[in-house]
Amino acid sequence: MKATYLQAINLALHEEMRRDPNVFVMGEDVAVLGGAFKVTEGLLEAFGEDRVIDTPIAESLIVGAAVGAAVLGMRPVVEMQFGDFISCAFDQIVNMAATLCYRHGGHASCPLVIRAPSGAGVHGALFHSQNPEAWFTRVPGLKVVAPATAYDAKGLLKSAIRDGNPVVYFEHKRFYRSVSEDLPEGDFTVPIGVARRRREGGDLSIITYGGTLHQALDAALIAEQQDGLSVEVIDLRTLLPLDREAILAAARATGKVLVVHEDRLTGGIGGEVAALIAEHAFDYLDAPVRRVAALDTHNAFSPPLEEHILPGTDKIVQAIRSLAAC
Amino acid sequence: MALERTRHVAERTLLTMDEAGLSDFYRLMLLIRQFEERVAEMYSRGKITGFCHLYAGEEAVAVGAIRALYDKDYVISTYREHGHCLAKGVSPRTVMAELFGKATGVSGGRGGSMHLFDAGLRFMGGYAIVGGGLPLAVGLGLSIVYKEEPEVVCCFFGDGALPQGAFHESLNLASLWKLPVVFICENNFYGMGTMVQHAICREELYKFAESYKMPGVRVDGMDVLEVHGAALEAVARAREGDGPSLIEAVTYRYRGHSMSDPAEYRPRREERIWLERDPIKSLRRRMLNEKRGDENRLLELEKEVAAVIDDAVAFAEQSPEPPLSELTKHVYVD
Ligand SMILES: Cc1ncc(C[n+]2csc(CCOP(=O)(O)OP(=O)(O)O)c2C)c(N)n1
Ligand SMILES: [Mg+2]
Repeated sequence: MKATYLQAINLALHEEMRRDPNVFVMGEDVAVLGGAFKVTEGLLEAFGEDRVIDTPIAESLIVGAAVGAAVLGMRPVVEMQFGDFISCAFDQIVNMAATLCYRHGGHASCPLVIRAPSGAGVHGALFHSQNPEAWFTRVPGLKVVAPATAYDAKGLLKSAIRDGNPVVYFEHKRFYRSVSEDLPEGDFTVPIGVARRRREGGDLSIITYGGTLHQALDAALIAEQQDGLSVEVIDLRTLLPLDREAILAAARATGKVLVVHEDRLTGGIGGEVAALIAEHAFDYLDAPVRRVAALDTHNAFSPPLEEHILPGTDKIVQAIRSLAAC
Repeated sequence: MALERTRHVAERTLLTMDEAGLSDFYRLMLLIRQFEERVAEMYSRGKITGFCHLYAGEEAVAVGAIRALYDKDYVISTYREHGHCLAKGVSPRTVMAELFGKATGVSGGRGGSMHLFDAGLRFMGGYAIVGGGLPLAVGLGLSIVYKEEPEVVCCFFGDGALPQGAFHESLNLASLWKLPVVFICENNFYGMGTMVQHAICREELYKFAESYKMPGVRVDGMDVLEVHGAALEAVARAREGDGPSLIEAVTYRYRGHSMSDPAEYRPRREERIWLERDPIKSLRRRMLNEKRGDENRLLELEKEVAAVIDDAVAFAEQSPEPPLSELTKHVYVD
């Protein structure tokens, strides 16, 4: 069955709510309106207002209340209307949710999913375009995922809901209706912590995730057609914990690694990936690890400024060429 | 009860105002309305993109309140701030150019519709984080008191901001420290698709003032004179050092939450009822009925306003895009 990225998330929610009566959905305008992006449409009709709950605008409270419910065995799936507003709930996520299991010596858990529509490229300007994943990928106790395909969107959300830990689930808002594929019928999951090779190639490896996956694939194709280069593309899918084996295997196989992400360069996941490779696969490298990421600035409203702040296919193609020439 | 009291305030305000003052209110409300209508048109033609929230229907709140301030007083607002920004004296040209993302916009095209800012004119910003402006208003008030200056801060926010902790934290501290802040809640009954009674435990929002030991009043936000009268009182109180107030202005946004919201959650009948209470038409009617305005003069004003808006659009269209050499400029001060 053909499904968009958005429909895949919606399907996962329906199926998980049907499977487990402890799963419930909570957030701003998620019930009657079906979400600002319509991701939760139809849930209220299917499961009623006890399980699909509109809240006031209070992100800290939404996450905090979900933590409380999760400790008592509920499986809350909460929505931050835009990933940018997750910062309003920062304390509840990093201090309350992330430490809960540890603080209780493993006797309590916090099975909670925070869905956050993130990403730029929609002229949302400073507070509706952010990629805040790296604020969370250094917090032990959290898991962080960022699907880029409809299959992964569905499979990772199901895994996140079934996971016993707090999972931050970044869904890219630009993909909601622009990315789709045929999904197998029925139940399937995508394991958290496992990357996936999206394209085979022997000359160099791109390691990416989320917002830049499709641009990286386009760039790899262009490099093949125009330059005869064979470029492997690895989709991390999970950002915490990172799939170290997949990252190191790519570095060892091609000896040239380009890390690409839509998040800003400084302090982004690319730094961690590069460090892992430097520590564990240095001897295999034929060139230094390179990164393509957003510039270290805020996301401007001006469409031409925004376009040049973000990575984009052209910049990736150029980086492929210059790395291949090393 | 509260409404009766403020109706009286509106009558008194009308008596104290001359024809020039009333015409000024009329002109400014009309300017905001026509500005917003043009923005909608430019949006549908793809000249303006992104998330864009219009103020049409709520003009009396910004105009009534901001006209109770001196130029040196401060205003801080939300993402639905085109009206407050224009009322504070920012030129329609630079606001329109900002919405177009152009280099000549108030923020050089970096912020767009939701983040207008003109510190020179003491418009201290629109904030696209719900509740985000309230703590900053406290800080503006703190600075005014610290420097022993006579200014006042007027802080606008929607009903949707009341459930945020920031609202309660800010009112508490502003009251405790007797800061010169006038909090103005624009209660338009909805925060996106959620009605006030589904988000807030009491429907009379001005009554939150009691808990924070400050005067609270509900006014008809479709009546510019009523808003103005209440704002004059609150501003005077703040300026005299007696501390903050909360004004709840009951109003209605004519359009959906943003340009992409068809507002299907609202009964059309409800929309019609509010359209009939239009703040601009009713002021016009009142001025003519009570012989406080001249029809020809009003017609002239209307032409003038239309020309100002045409000029703003032409200016925005002809302005250059921000230069790509400035991609990372302004992240830090030079
Ligand atoms: C912290 C935060 N949460 C959620 C949003 C998304 N959002 C933008 S406006 C809005 C509704 C606000 O309603 P209200 O305060 O009543 O203002 P109105 O739009 O009615 O003027 C929501 C939920 C946001 N911008 N910031
Ligand atoms: Mg509202």
